Amino acid sequence: MNNGTCVHVDGRDIQIEGERNLLELIRKANIDLPTFCYHSNLSIYGACRLCIVEIEGMGVVTSCTTVPKPGMTVRTNTAQLRSMRKMYLELLLANHHQGCATCVKSDACRLRELAIRMGVTEVRFKPAQGEKPLDTSNPALVRDPNKCILCGDCVRACHEIQGVGAIDFAYRGAATTVAPAFGKDLSKVDCVYCGLCASVCPTGAITPRPQIDPVWNALSDNRKTVVVQIAPAVRVALGEMFGLEAGVVTTGKIVAALKMLGFGKIYDTSFAADLTVLEEANEFLARKTKGERLPQFTSCCPAWVKYAEQYCSDLLPNVSSCRSPQQMFGSLAKATLPETLGVAREDLVVVSIMPCTAKKFEAQRPEFRAGGAPDVDFVLTTQELGKMIRQAGIQFNDLTPESLDLPLGFKTGAGVIFGATGGVSEAVLRYAHEKLTGVRVDHVDFSEVRGMQGTRVKQIKLGDVELRLAIVHGLRNAKAVVEQIRAGTCDYDFVEVMACPGGCIAGAGQPVSFEPEAKQLRAQGLYDCDKTLQLHKSQENPYVAKCYETTLGAIGGHRAHELLHTGYKSRKRVADEGFSVLEPGTAKAVEISVCVGTSCYLRGSQQLLQKIVNHVKEHDLEETVDVRATFCFEACDKGPSVRIGEVLLHHCTFEMVRSELESQLARVVA
Amino acid sequence: MIEQAINLEAMKRHYEESRSAITRRVIVCAGTGCVANGSLKVFAALENEIAGRGLAVVVELGHDCGGDVLLSKSGCQGFCQAGPLVTVEPEGYLYVHVKPDDVADIVEQTLINNRPVDRLLYSDPTTGRSYAKTHEIPFYRRQRRAVLGDCGNIDPENIGEYIARGGYEAARRAFTQMRPEQICEEIAASGLRGRGGGGFPTGKKWTLTLAEKSDKKYVICNSDEGDPGAFMDRSLMEGNPHRVIEGLMIAARAIGADEAYVYVRAEYPLAVQRIRKAVADAEEAGILGRDVFGSGRDIFCHVMEGAGAFVCGEETALMASIEGLRGMPRPKPPFPAQSGLWGKPTVINNVETLGTVPLIILEGSHNYRTLGTANSPGTKTFALTGHVANTGLIEVPFGTTLREIIFDIGGGVIDNQGRIARDGFKAVQIGGPSGGCLVEEHLDLPIDFDSVKKTGAIVGSGGLVVMNRDTCMVQVAHFFMRFTQNESCGKCVPCREGTKQMLALLDDIIHGRATTHTLELLEQLASAVQIGSLCGLGKTAPNPVLSTLRYFRSEYEAHIFQKRCPAGQCKALAVPEILAERCKGCGACLRKCPVGAITGEKKAPHRIDPKVCIKCGTCAQACKFNAIVGV
Repeated sequence: MNNGTCVHVDGRDIQIEGERNLLELIRKANIDLPTFCYHSNLSIYGACRLCIVEIEGMGVVTSCTTVPKPGMTVRTNTAQLRSMRKMYLELLLANHHQGCATCVKSDACRLRELAIRMGVTEVRFKPAQGEKPLDTSNPALVRDPNKCILCGDCVRACHEIQGVGAIDFAYRGAATTVAPAFGKDLSKVDCVYCGLCASVCPTGAITPRPQIDPVWNALSDNRKTVVVQIAPAVRVALGEMFGLEAGVVTTGKIVAALKMLGFGKIYDTSFAADLTVLEEANEFLARKTKGERLPQFTSCCPAWVKYAEQYCSDLLPNVSSCRSPQQMFGSLAKATLPETLGVAREDLVVVSIMPCTAKKFEAQRPEFRAGGAPDVDFVLTTQELGKMIRQAGIQFNDLTPESLDLPLGFKTGAGVIFGATGGVSEAVLRYAHEKLTGVRVDHVDFSEVRGMQGTRVKQIKLGDVELRLAIVHGLRNAKAVVEQIRAGTCDYDFVEVMACPGGCIAGAGQPVSFEPEAKQLRAQGLYDCDKTLQLHKSQENPYVAKCYETTLGAIGGHRAHELLHTGYKSRKRVADEGFSVLEPGTAKAVEISVCVGTSCYLRGSQQLLQKIVNHVKEHDLEETVDVRATFCFEACDKGPSVRIGEVLLHHCTFEMVRSELESQLARVVA
Repeated sequence: MIEQAINLEAMKRHYEESRSAITRRVIVCAGTGCVANGSLKVFAALENEIAGRGLAVVVELGHDCGGDVLLSKSGCQGFCQAGPLVTVEPEGYLYVHVKPDDVADIVEQTLINNRPVDRLLYSDPTTGRSYAKTHEIPFYRRQRRAVLGDCGNIDPENIGEYIARGGYEAARRAFTQMRPEQICEEIAASGLRGRGGGGFPTGKKWTLTLAEKSDKKYVICNSDEGDPGAFMDRSLMEGNPHRVIEGLMIAARAIGADEAYVYVRAEYPLAVQRIRKAVADAEEAGILGRDVFGSGRDIFCHVMEGAGAFVCGEETALMASIEGLRGMPRPKPPFPAQSGLWGKPTVINNVETLGTVPLIILEGSHNYRTLGTANSPGTKTFALTGHVANTGLIEVPFGTTLREIIFDIGGGVIDNQGRIARDGFKAVQIGGPSGGCLVEEHLDLPIDFDSVKKTGAIVGSGGLVVMNRDTCMVQVAHFFMRFTQNESCGKCVPCREGTKQMLALLDDIIHGRATTHTLELLEQLASAVQIGSLCGLGKTAPNPVLSTLRYFRSEYEAHIFQKRCPAGQCKALAVPEILAERCKGCGACLRKCPVGAITGEKKAPHRIDPKVCIKCGTCAQACKFNAIVGV
């Protein structure tokens, strides 16, 4: 070993091999320095101060922020460092809600783990005063600020990986907190519910919102028949909660466990994924032939769909109209199972086990309801299923595997690889290849679309047709592709988007894992699963074919559209709130709302608002007209924007307001 | 040499011609302290009175200046204690505590009859001697106003006057006669050290940034002065904004930057306004902008208002704030010289540092070094406040002793009633919330960056808070700890949580809840915060505690073990008592006590029942004989 390129760590020479910081280098010496805020895929933050080391000539520094230099002499475990680390953990614990026994994150809490590891046996500091309210405003995530240690992981993940920035720091000093803009609830801001914040959170400050209790209730209700679908990614991760390695496929054991829990029928979301492939590929090929609305974006990821609705309303026509596999399953189950199973529709409960928090939101979207009830009644995460298995005392590892129920439990390998980034593309290619060439193809793997790189652009020739694919995961990468499309600088045909880096296998509902290799192992598990199945192409799924015969009709046909497709709407990014600038009174006949958002403000909306208020007061219209200040009408380039009744005025002047108001008042009087 | 694009000489001539008719000048201090005391009303009254007496008055210099009396507003003249201040030139009379009612006398006696108004002159409270002229007053006599020189004298809103006094000559020289390396060398040779608190050699900072290869570089003037009681930078920006801009231009030239930012505290509206005007005027005059002095170099200067956070004075947080991010520091390295604003090499200097730069370029590093000490050359401005007779803005060469500052310039220590208190000195807090205290043994210590550092304090940006014997040092530590706790950005654990718990421990001490473990825990925690915090704010936050512990440990111990505050300031520890020898038995306290804790017969000493007393202090206020203590 060359000492000239080494760092001396606790008496051993460790070779520098391009590590961006000492923390990574020290890990090579088999020393796991404690840290909360260091994540290899996030920017370096340097806030938790636990990874401190002593360097000769430099004193105490954080290893995550220090670049390794040859010849450095580093100590990682001195009396001073131990005492400082303990002190910092004590400080954090003092400010942390310490109800560990009742915390949902207890078994995977890094603060608890490090406190034990560092030998913190007492907290000598004063506990935090006052309880902060929980944010339970949305179906996907729960924020508990009382457990937040302000490591900033969630803030950076949301901003740097997803490009959303739904949460950030607010206030200073001891009052510092992580919160959505203006202290609103998560449901009122741009959160897409991907849950990446929850999966990087070292404590229980952001967690998936559980639905275990209503599922238990349904299971113990004799009138109900509870069926369940298992998403592909669940089978390669659930085992981690029972000590198995990431990526071990446990489908059979999961089926056995679900049966023991009392579920009536156990189905596979991969069946619906096969359906998705046929519908989505068909839609794509039609577009490709006509050369319109390209590229086609995938629509399986509900976080991406919400993102697109918020930020890419101009590109919504490009998003595939296919429902996600979860929702295809839901509508199909509610449409066909009552007859197949002989139960009343209202007594059929559809539960899904998902690796995802956004699926909880998706299941509650109004588009996915029929007959007053949601198509998917409850969504459990992989974690929640693991907890239910534990609660029931089931010895998961000792179970004898059982098989899924037919017909909705039968899938091809194409439907299984959906759970990894690139999987949807590969499954679609397996279909499109045969469809375009008209020849049966035995070699089904398109391994070139696999991988973990954030954006992968591939050119693939299927027969005579050249296809340009982009596979992106992480919404910030999606944003970059969207911007290229808007700028007209790319000519993709098909864009697969998954919000979570790695795809569904790394979803926020998966068992908490701080192992860097877990993603690869889980993805490999899915590809192995594909290999062991007899069928690999969705078009060969006989039960899917039968389903088209009996229920759906033609691919892309009318009934298929009814059950398997959906539409999208532009979402307002800013909650449409406003407040009256006049004295509150009884209901007014005409309401004038003036946007006082930044863009409109800069274009003079404040002065306009003042003039309108003066006008209303001067003409004694306060009883009839309400004047409100409001936020974004999402026409920032056309400001100032003013809404009078139902009429939205852009580039608005006071004269425009006056004439519109007069005509509306005339109608009111009439 | 390239021909100058703008002619400073011509501008100077034009200015001088425009005021050739003026025989008298009346300068009203419009620094913050004087404005707060009503100097603008004095200004208006003067304007009326002068006009009413038929004297031609020029308030603002326009193109046509036919008047013979020039009435102008200046920036801070320094002697804030005695404000509002009015100076009459050319005699140099300084009138103190001027009220609008005094204006008639000033006009009648001084402007018309050429005599000073004796009753408005400064009179030394200890000697009773009065002084007619500014430079004779002890407060000014001991100072050396090099950076503040014109501040308080010239009209800060008039670029012509600045140029007439040699302004922008240093910048011209830097752009037309000096290479960047030469400028860096000159500043390095001067030994100038950063005035913002760190004392880092400015020349070295510039040289490092000059050496960085980049298509874009920035210079930033850090005007986010935030220490409690400090107003040096504010006064310079308000009193002589062009001086700061000139320094910034020279810094830009020295490192090869073409874009500059002045990041001013938004809480300094006057400074913001004056800097903005100065930038606009300099642009209009062709000094800032394209092709500066015909050098082919451009400089564009932006003025940005701060986001209202103390931590934004920390350079990496300040840059984050300019970039539109939350003002939070990031770990260094990389230093701003390598990767600063928007990832580009950046020099960030304090207002006073930049204000010193033109002086060095004009007079040379050798001359500059004649002031101050070997390792801390030059002068330093201080905001002298607290229990001192003459509070105000001062400037002294490094090496001046604390004794000279407090007793000669400051006029001595005062008691809580404002009377000069001999032997009243207890300590002085230097360097604000990042600093520490200096005590009696340091009175003769020549003050410079290194000597102060050895005592456990820092020179800092120049706040000097004098404390008399009635000051409780635990409360002093508590005050500063509360400040840093509130102003912590909340990013790193030791600073956010550590300062909070340090504050809680100090709170325990003050309120008599401390145990034998409190002090030990406080010291351990202070060390963990000091060593482990991410930025300077956190690393220095424990200084006031450590420093007071070092010099006043017994005071802490008295609070903890005897539950007694030696200075008698901690209410929770005080035992309410009526001193029998002073009590006349008038019953005033008894009648006012809201809880009936006081008993006593008329004309006989009264008593307080400490168990009933809520320490509201009403009785002490009612007592005319100062007989009640401990409430």
